[in-house]
Amino acid sequence: MLAYVVRRLLYAIPILIGVNLLTFLLFFVVNTPDDMARMQLGIKRVTPEAIAHWKAERGYDKPLLYNRNAEGAARVTNTIFFEKSVKLFAFEFGRADDGRDIGNEIRTRMGPSLAIAVPTFVLGLFVTVSFALLLAFFRATYLDFWGVVLCVAMMSISSLFYIIGGQYLVSKVWHLVPISGYAGGLDAMRFLLLPVLIGVAAGIGSSTRWYRTIFLEEIGKDYVRTARAKGLSELAVLFRHVLKNALIPILTGVVVVIPLLFMGSLLTESFFGIPGLGSYTIDAINAQDFAVVRAMVFIGSVLYIAGLLLTDLSYTLVDPRVRLQ
Amino acid sequence: MSLLRVESLQMFLDSAAGPVRAVDDVSFEIEPGGTFALIGESGCGKSMTALSLMRLLPDVGRVRGGRVLLNGRDLLALTEAQMREVRGGEMAMIFQEPATSLNPVLSVGRQIGEVLARHGALRGAAAARRARELLDAVGIPDARRRLEEYPFQFSGGMRQRVMIAMALAGDPALLIADEPTTALDVTIQAQVLELLGALQRERGMGMLLITHDLGIARQLASRVGVMYAGELVEVASRIDFFAAPKHPYSIKLFAALPRPERRESVLETIAGSVPSLTTMFSGCRFAPRCPRVWSRCREEIPAWHGAETGYAVRCHLYDAVDAQLAGGGPAAQAPTEESASSLQAVEAAPLLEVDDLKVHFPIRQGVFRRAVGQVRAVDGVSLGLTSGRTLALVGESGCGKTTVGKAILQLLKPTGGSVRFRGEELTALPAARLRRLRGEMQIVFQDPYASLDPRMRIGDIIEEGLSALGQGGTPPAKARRTAELIERVGLSATMLGRYPHEFSGGQRQRIAIARALAVAPRLLVCDEPTSALDVSVQAQILNLLKELQGALGLAYLFITHNIAVVEYLAHEVAVMYLGRIVERGAVEEILREPKHPYTEALLSAVPRLDADGRREAIVLKGDMPSPSQPPAGCHFHPRCPRAMPQCAAAYPAETRLGDTHRVRCFLYE
Amino acid sequence: MTPVLLWTDALVFLLVACGIASGIYISRREYLLASWHRVGESRAGMASLTLLVAFVVVGLIDSLHYRPRLEAASGQPGGYSGEVRSLLDVLLQPLRDGTEKTYSAPLAAHLYARETVELPDGSQARVFPRLKHGGAHLADVEAEWGRDVTLRTLRGAALAVLAGLTFVALAVLFAARRWGTGWQAAWRRIRRGETRFAWHAALAALGMLLLLAGPALSLAGGYHVLGTDKVGQDVLYLTLKSIRTGLVIGTLTTLVMLPFAVALGLVAGYVGGWVDDLIQYLYTTLNSIPGVLLIAAAVLMVQVAIDMHPDWFATAAQRADARLLALCLILGVTSWTGLCRLLRAETLKLRELEYVQAAQAFGASAARILGRHILPNVMHIVLISVVMDFSGLVLAEAVLSYIGIGVDPSTISFGTMINTARLELAREPVVWWSLLAAFVFMFVLVLAANLFADAVRDAFDPRLAGSRRSLPGKMA
Repeated sequence: MLAYVVRRLLYAIPILIGVNLLTFLLFFVVNTPDDMARMQLGIKRVTPEAIAHWKAERGYDKPLLYNRNAEGAARVTNTIFFEKSVKLFAFEFGRADDGRDIGNEIRTRMGPSLAIAVPTFVLGLFVTVSFALLLAFFRATYLDFWGVVLCVAMMSISSLFYIIGGQYLVSKVWHLVPISGYAGGLDAMRFLLLPVLIGVAAGIGSSTRWYRTIFLEEIGKDYVRTARAKGLSELAVLFRHVLKNALIPILTGVVVVIPLLFMGSLLTESFFGIPGLGSYTIDAINAQDFAVVRAMVFIGSVLYIAGLLLTDLSYTLVDPRVRLQ
Repeated sequence: MSLLRVESLQMFLDSAAGPVRAVDDVSFEIEPGGTFALIGESGCGKSMTALSLMRLLPDVGRVRGGRVLLNGRDLLALTEAQMREVRGGEMAMIFQEPATSLNPVLSVGRQIGEVLARHGALRGAAAARRARELLDAVGIPDARRRLEEYPFQFSGGMRQRVMIAMALAGDPALLIADEPTTALDVTIQAQVLELLGALQRERGMGMLLITHDLGIARQLASRVGVMYAGELVEVASRIDFFAAPKHPYSIKLFAALPRPERRESVLETIAGSVPSLTTMFSGCRFAPRCPRVWSRCREEIPAWHGAETGYAVRCHLYDAVDAQLAGGGPAAQAPTEESASSLQAVEAAPLLEVDDLKVHFPIRQGVFRRAVGQVRAVDGVSLGLTSGRTLALVGESGCGKTTVGKAILQLLKPTGGSVRFRGEELTALPAARLRRLRGEMQIVFQDPYASLDPRMRIGDIIEEGLSALGQGGTPPAKARRTAELIERVGLSATMLGRYPHEFSGGQRQRIAIARALAVAPRLLVCDEPTSALDVSVQAQILNLLKELQGALGLAYLFITHNIAVVEYLAHEVAVMYLGRIVERGAVEEILREPKHPYTEALLSAVPRLDADGRREAIVLKGDMPSPSQPPAGCHFHPRCPRAMPQCAAAYPAETRLGDTHRVRCFLYE
Repeated sequence: MTPVLLWTDALVFLLVACGIASGIYISRREYLLASWHRVGESRAGMASLTLLVAFVVVGLIDSLHYRPRLEAASGQPGGYSGEVRSLLDVLLQPLRDGTEKTYSAPLAAHLYARETVELPDGSQARVFPRLKHGGAHLADVEAEWGRDVTLRTLRGAALAVLAGLTFVALAVLFAARRWGTGWQAAWRRIRRGETRFAWHAALAALGMLLLLAGPALSLAGGYHVLGTDKVGQDVLYLTLKSIRTGLVIGTLTTLVMLPFAVALGLVAGYVGGWVDDLIQYLYTTLNSIPGVLLIAAAVLMVQVAIDMHPDWFATAAQRADARLLALCLILGVTSWTGLCRLLRAETLKLRELEYVQAAQAFGASAARILGRHILPNVMHIVLISVVMDFSGLVLAEAVLSYIGIGVDPSTISFGTMINTARLELAREPVVWWSLLAAFVFMFVLVLAANLFADAVRDAFDPRLAGSRRSLPGKMA
């Protein structure tokens, strides 16, 4: 068990290095800092001085990998690779184009992101698993058929329309909650309700269908027949036997996204004006703030790997075969 | 009053081609304490009959008619809620696959407790006590601890015992056992059969036993019913049935069994195949394959005869001419074909010599997946084989016999030892030389469904070896050879353009043999080639193999767990236990006078049709240990009924008991 | 004029060629034909296929590009316009050229915004001015509009019915000949769905399509059927043009990633050892970067590269096309991992199967075994994942374009349409038609793709198809 966890942790290291190298290549080798400067300053009328100034301001005026002009260890450390990429491992992200510290920004924006993402996740999981269980219970009936049709229709709608349509109906036509904005404390409820509901609705189609397939696959297995041969009711079979086994494949897909909840949702946050990490990322993309995008790529990868680890650990909770071997 | 009375049960399965008449007009009775064995080949409807009784049919199945009276109450008329009271209570069922029939994520105690809560209203300490008693009753030691464990921590035999304990938890009056030992090894099967028999005697329970194995039916049943194509064709007491079966199908089934006294003859086979059950039958269902068919069989559905005498058979032969037939009866005809010649001049030079072959797999553990130990799948195996002879490698699952076969063919890299084929050392051969030799040694696999690529035509499959080894010359020459081969194995050249899914299991196995023959091998490794086949089909394949050996002088390394097949086919036998050969010798020596206690136990565990009382059944204790941690000394000593102190100390050396007979056991040193 | 072959055009036609080639391959293989026949037996499959074919036809017409010749100016040899047009532009010329000043509602004859105009008497008034094109043929809007619209709708519907009947008649006659029955019998069988293939579903879908397209076409002659957007462009034209972008993203992405995913997945699964470790490491690393961010980073970089080198592209269309192709590549790079992992797992399973071992016993090389035994046996997984991915990619395009990391803003797509129209619902009065048009077209396209994907999956992977069981209680 412990060896297993340690091995998974060690495996994460080369992956993070890989991610780091990849972002370095993408941001500094494929396009040089000069290109970025010209892009930011406008292609047409840009002077070499302006470029040099722009680079110096952001610390991009160093050599990429090896600094001939420096002494000792600084030959390696006083480079773009060390300053911008290696330091990501220490969670030092540097400053954004507006001069603010990215690390600070991330810490303050995490709260609103989680305030939306966690309720959406929990409520969504509950609703879709319940719905899928319902369909599995009534399998091969009209309820099941039309439920699946509804799921396919719902998953054919772009998430953009869920948001646009939801905002229009709930806020504009019915005037129930504010269209967008955010406030701290209990007041946040008013602003969170709509995005959470929309987030849940947008995920119903595909998740329900997937869980239903998993449940049906389990229901076809031999041990279910054994359970029925004991005289158990269909509900007992479903909840005591099928659900517990189906949790294993469900966890595979679900646990991995839990850490990523920190990153928030790009679309929801930008539509509802929530000052979270999702909207931070979108703003950075639109402003072509490379430092922020780079930081978010790195954090995203760390969280994803954490999710993989959590998934492995979660198996030990539900699957005795993993726990006891 | 009988415990169970099934009257004209009819069950159809919906399919695209129309309703499949899976169970058609089946009637039988079980007395309290009696065992009714339902016998038949796969697809005959015996499992579907059991599931109909439990009302646990797949969703496409529906009962179309009949009555199922359990203690006088019609189960088919009950509501679903009432039926749930019966399931697991009055009537319990155990299934074929103990590995998949238990819930993997619930502890054994909980799974048994569920039945106790449902049918005995037992909970808490009382339930725990009862569960312990049940595990004790089915012979699972250390019950208190084992109740906390999960199914994956049990061996196959132990899982089936858990299934039995679960079935007993509701204190059933009737136990349905659907092929309860088919997935188990023969020594474990002997344990479970003994347990079932004992439990039934103790509790006076009725049992419906479903099996394809005539030997098991003979051991456990009081009455026997034979099913063919969805209907019962013969119902009789065990003694009458095994003394002289009456229906031509039953007679054929017996005649198809490989037996030592049939060694020099061709086995009887049943022509054709089981008819599709979607057809509306207007005559006897067996008529197209029956050797004694006459015009009436095709026109009129036969009625039951002799029901009043307790020996009922559904066949026109016993109709008006009862008296005439009573004397002669449609007895088995002696096989007419002359015996296949297998007594070829023994070549002086051995074709294959295996010396001290070892195949070890590393066990990786810990943070860096370092090899911390080894599974000694094959640990020092030596054997030899000459052209035209058959060496049977016998052992239970996990003993390493398949690994030996693959290591000989260099499909697995041996860890040590030598494999010499026609004098060449294969383990040290460069890849190009080895490739040339590959044509001379081929393999036939166990599973006829996995051994043919479903995406290739039969012609391409047979031709594969020729193309891969660059043999066979021009495309027309290859095509000629392919056509020749498919006819050689008894199929028609018109089938070459078809795909595997259109063929039955037996036909696929013929195709697999043709594929191996294409490159003109001298050695054929047959890895359980008949264990997935029904008896009548097995007979066809065995006949074919024997005939090919006579004609082509092939040497067979025949890997099997089926003793009857060994008796019929092999010249020499090697018995494997946990990676090592414990005894080898000529077939008569091993089968008539086994020396090693394991061989003795293995042979005695096989349910016999001709129980002559010569051998006392030896039921071994416990399971085969894991090859990663073999017991010290003789691997067999923890289970050995004749173990001595020295057995735990060292592995015995080989003792020669004659020209050919060798054994590794301290009893003979 | 001179034909222009954009990169995506070339790939689209390559894809069509691949489609035809695999059609020929399939028709010679019974087991593949059998699976496709099962697709044909599914009603939802046939109906959705019909709709998809309609979308594909529009997309293909929109993929034939050319540059019109400029009027030769006095003796000079005429050059070619810098503007690239497609055959669809030619067919939709009136819609394309009929731009208004700003918003106008569907079928309106007036603008949706008041303008101050000077009346003949010199005074000024704020009125809804007449459109330049929509309903311009009406002399008196009040009196004639209703009648004109009704007439045009009926005329279009009549045409649609006629066309529909022609199709049905052709199908019936063809079927009658095929089955050797009279046409009445053939019609009865088709109508009742007693045919092997669900022809009645296909014909019904076609009929619905015609009934919508006929009147729309007829009305489009005089009106903006779906209104106009902020800069006065015809919304129907925009939605039709969006189809190609969606199809290109949905198909080309798969095309570029498929070779990698298949090759790496098979090799990792079959060869094992350090090769497997390396490939697994590769896809785990790529997978660990959140998709949107990797796409954002890559698109930003591509954008920098394109903006830095304006000289690479002769026309704006080519530049936009390069960005579209780049987006496909980037989406491909980020989306191959799932399929690769699936194929690796399946190959691991197949590697242990006895027919593969039989081939090894003949000394067959790894390449031969992969090509002859493994690849044909995993193709159904590839196919299923291709059709399943399609709808996801179409949806992804909209989101990415909305965020600003999708297609070039000058490329017409569902995403750019939504992006420009996103604030219209907040306007007073509400402008709903652009969003609704994008919604309906996208919904139908994605829904058809999803239904078709389900039919394909059920036909090619019977394990999933057979997983529908019912309650054990309802028998006897």
